[in-house]
Amino acid sequence: MRLSSTGQLTQLRTKCQAAAKKHKKKVLVCCGPGCLAAGAQKIADRFRTVLKQKRIAGFSVQALKETGCHGFCEQGPLVVIEPGGTFYTKVKTRDVEEIIDRSVRKDEVVQRLLYKDPRSGKSIRDWAKIDFYAHQNRIALQKLGQIAQCDIEDYIAGGGYAALAKALTKMTGDRIIDEVTTSGLRGRGGAGFAAGRKWRTCKDVQSDTRYVICNGDEGDPGAFMDRAIMEGDPHSVLEGMIIAAFAVGSSEGYIYVREEYPLAVVNLQKAIEQAEALGLLGNDILGTGFSFSIKISRGAGAFVCGESSALMKSVAGQVGEPRAKYIRSVIKGLHDRPTVLNNVETFANVPVIIDRGADWFAKIGAKNNSGTKAFSLVGKVRNTGLIEVAMGTTLRKIIFDIGGGIIGDRPFKAVQTGGPSGGCLPQSQLDLPVDFDSLTKAGSMMGSGGMIVMDDKTCMVDVAKYFLGFLVEESCGKCVPCREGLYQLHRLTIKVSEGRATEEDLSTIEKLSEMVIIGSLCGLGKSGPNPVLSTMKYFKDEYLAHIRDKRCPAGVCRELITYEITPDCTGCMACIAVCATHAITGKKGKVHTLDQAKCTKCGACYAVCQHDAVLVS
Amino acid sequence: MNHDLGRLPAIFKRYPKSPESLIAVLQDIQKEYQFLPSEALAETARVLEVPLSKVFSVSTFYNAFSLHPKGEKVIRICVGTTCHIRGAKQIQEQLESQLKIKAGETTPDLKFSIETVSCVGACAKAPVVIVNEKYHGPVKVSDYKKLVKGK
Ligand SMILES: Cc1cc2nc3c(=O)[nH]c(=O)nc-3n(C[C@H](O)[C@H](O)[C@H](O)COP(=O)(O)O)c2cc1C
Ligand code: FES
Repeated sequence: MRLSSTGQLTQLRTKCQAAAKKHKKKVLVCCGPGCLAAGAQKIADRFRTVLKQKRIAGFSVQALKETGCHGFCEQGPLVVIEPGGTFYTKVKTRDVEEIIDRSVRKDEVVQRLLYKDPRSGKSIRDWAKIDFYAHQNRIALQKLGQIAQCDIEDYIAGGGYAALAKALTKMTGDRIIDEVTTSGLRGRGGAGFAAGRKWRTCKDVQSDTRYVICNGDEGDPGAFMDRAIMEGDPHSVLEGMIIAAFAVGSSEGYIYVREEYPLAVVNLQKAIEQAEALGLLGNDILGTGFSFSIKISRGAGAFVCGESSALMKSVAGQVGEPRAKYIRSVIKGLHDRPTVLNNVETFANVPVIIDRGADWFAKIGAKNNSGTKAFSLVGKVRNTGLIEVAMGTTLRKIIFDIGGGIIGDRPFKAVQTGGPSGGCLPQSQLDLPVDFDSLTKAGSMMGSGGMIVMDDKTCMVDVAKYFLGFLVEESCGKCVPCREGLYQLHRLTIKVSEGRATEEDLSTIEKLSEMVIIGSLCGLGKSGPNPVLSTMKYFKDEYLAHIRDKRCPAGVCRELITYEITPDCTGCMACIAVCATHAITGKKGKVHTLDQAKCTKCGACYAVCQHDAVLVS
Repeated sequence: MNHDLGRLPAIFKRYPKSPESLIAVLQDIQKEYQFLPSEALAETARVLEVPLSKVFSVSTFYNAFSLHPKGEKVIRICVGTTCHIRGAKQIQEQLESQLKIKAGETTPDLKFSIETVSCVGACAKAPVVIVNEKYHGPVKVSDYKKLVKGK
């Protein structure tokens, strides 16, 4: 059925809502990235099979939803029974039947699968009451995890495409741009450029053609918010893009998706087809005469292609090398035409802004940083997962209240934001409000939303070396400061990590960084030295320990550590099995010995030892 | 090496014959053959009317493309930030020493390839290893047997 007016869309919504109400309950099986990796698909399949067999009154298999990321990945696979939000964690296929018998057929709970609050030791039934969720504020992720992944009817039932209908029939392009400008929405892809201003510029350039592109490259290693949105709630991205296209007067759009995200491509493609079939995308959208089409462009594994000008070259089938931006890509972008490029999360915010109004949105968050930001909270934090908080929330609140603190109650050491362009912030910055400007001032960056928590076992020199190594690989090589400068910076950090550096090398790092920042062509080089500079700023002592004492305090840098087997060894032989150089010998039940001459310090024995009998020093 | 180029026309048919389709075509060839045979590159250049040098430059710029055949089982180790600080390197070394190849290489019998990738978006399960399409995580150093032998 093609919808040829907004009235028909409203009718469809009423119908979908009525259909959903027929079911007394809804079973949501999280099929987000984390839960899938933990085997969620098997659980969803099992639910389907058992539900078909059991035939429960007032419930049909249609009320079983495979959803996108619900958020609390650490506890996955997750299953939620609505209404009531009964939240089951670490579900296994063998639990499925019991959940159905007790929580779908009846109103009971399976106590052992509930989340247990580590502080109070009490089980919590309703997910919204769990600390991890209670401190969040969801706008871009509002529908994610609550609706079936690729189900346009579910999306519409929840109010989806109402913003588009409003924009197309009750607003002009200028009005929409004003609304987005007033909302204060800043781009969520990293730099935080005002979205409304970008749209205005694009609209004001004289041109026969304009493009709207969604940046789904998500190159920041450690970030998966965009992946979760594209897979789990693709329609919100499409809706945001169509509204943007109408506002600036574009009829062609692209979504550039990272090649590592095959499922995002599949789900977006499905969503595009569903929207086209209903007349929400394509020619004469909702009978208003406005036409817009979206194509998916798959990335091919290059971090630099997240950068605007490189991305546009890649969309055009070329090598993704950035160009100097004397003229910005919003003026001269894809095929030299004016182009709006926004991040996935930026677009996902747009329908909500149009729907609820700029003033409502502008009230959320902090000064000049309205709204919320999604983060992937990962690393050595207890509650890993996908979160969304109001801008201005402190790092402490995110890491300790939502994140539940550090795994094993180890000391907090640093939090990394902004990926390879960002920095590491120490304990003393924990009360920093998280917004674009505060993070930049502290020497880090908002970035696209990776937030990686580190404990005392993480070496800051190693982290700086890691990011530089990443950037050396990913630098496109077009400009010399980035290609050669980052390479030399990487070598210098290797030197520090191997205990061969002098204090003079540290000042060389600073000088060289300055050159790379000033001289590089694009953001990759311009922000590339951030990780090394921020770790040197906040963790100077650790650098000095490597240099003066030839010691790696975190026990990570290989050249500076030794492994030993202590008398606590039970002789379980686990380490012998993993030691690639056969440096460990011994008999079952007897304390093993480690031959230092053969040891390559790979740390495999340390990682497998269950008895804390391997010591690093 | 000679490769059956018979599967190429079907791929070319999916896209407009223009230089813009280059990356998409190469991606499909990569998927079909598990690498980009040199004959296929020449054919792509001819059909899309792009200089062979351009085709070659795109094939070598992007990490997704390989000019060498890959093993039946491709083991991709995530070395993204989260996986890195949760011990991806140990897992990489363990697999490398067990299979006697380095990341980026393929065993001579074409059974295994090891690759590294920077974040696959499953950081919550770090460290993550993907064998063919299947995600594993959190992976332990002692899991190498399961990864190598399992399906
Ligand atoms: C090296 C580099 C990589 C980038 N990677 C991404 C990315 O993966 N995703 C993204 O949305 N923006 C990325 N950006 C930022 C984009 O250039 C651009 O600013 C952004 O997509 C604009 O959208 P926004 O205003 O909605 O944030 C990157 C920039 C640079 C310099
Ligand atoms: S860093 Fe490995 S999955 Fe993200």
